[in-house]
Amino acid sequence: MTNPTPTPAAARRQIRNIGIGDLIAYRLPLPGVVSILHRVSGLLMFLLLPFLLWLFELSLSSSSSFERLVAFGQGSFARLVLLALGWALLHHMCAGLRFLLLDRHVGLDRAAARRSAWIVFAVSVPLALLLALLLFGVL
Amino acid sequence: MGRLRRAPVGAHYGLRDWIAQRITALVLLVFLLWVAVALLLGGRFDYEGWSAVFAPAPMKLSAALAWLALCYHAWVGVRDIWMDYVHHTGVRLALHVATIVWLLYCFAWSVQILWSV
Repeated sequence: MTNPTPTPAAARRQIRNIGIGDLIAYRLPLPGVVSILHRVSGLLMFLLLPFLLWLFELSLSSSSSFERLVAFGQGSFARLVLLALGWALLHHMCAGLRFLLLDRHVGLDRAAARRSAWIVFAVSVPLALLLALLLFGVL
Repeated sequence: MGRLRRAPVGAHYGLRDWIAQRITALVLLVFLLWVAVALLLGGRFDYEGWSAVFAPAPMKLSAALAWLALCYHAWVGVRDIWMDYVHHTGVRLALHVATIVWLLYCFAWSVQILWSV
């Protein structure tokens, strides 16, 4: 990363934005995966916000709409969307707590940051799998 | 035409939104835990139990505030996404306006749902 020999400004490599080729060539470290999935899960929940509100409305309007919600939850596509929403929330919360700790300067060094990135997945992925088992009636 | 030093949709309002994003995150976390505890204490996992959680007036107001926190939180996050990937000022401004209007619409919808219980 460090460049010990000072280079003249003219010879310095031009600073440019990351390209598609770089995206494929770089190996994203685990904290980077946590970070981009935090963004992906957040965007997914934003896009599913009307779906969430619709579920909330069905769940509270009346007992008959609640029954309709339960019936809707029997469909396999509905369960897939619920699973996506559940995973997004689980990952977003775990990664978000990690970011709050980093903001408090907890675990800033590389080893600790890698470890906490592992912990995020170690918590969110099994919980998402548990949700999948519950949704698809295996448990 | 000279280049604008400050884009109308640039990041010149950073700190306030940065801190609001974190505070709304904590508000949402506390609220979700509260709903979970209230539901578990009620001990009924049907319509009666679920709607009883949202029946008391303080809970309605708290839930409305939580939806507001969610909308503010989503605004900061989605705005960051637009700023990172959409560089045309006009398109970005349109996306920002659409996001704000949409989130306010969703907040109003949540209030309507809460007071229909």
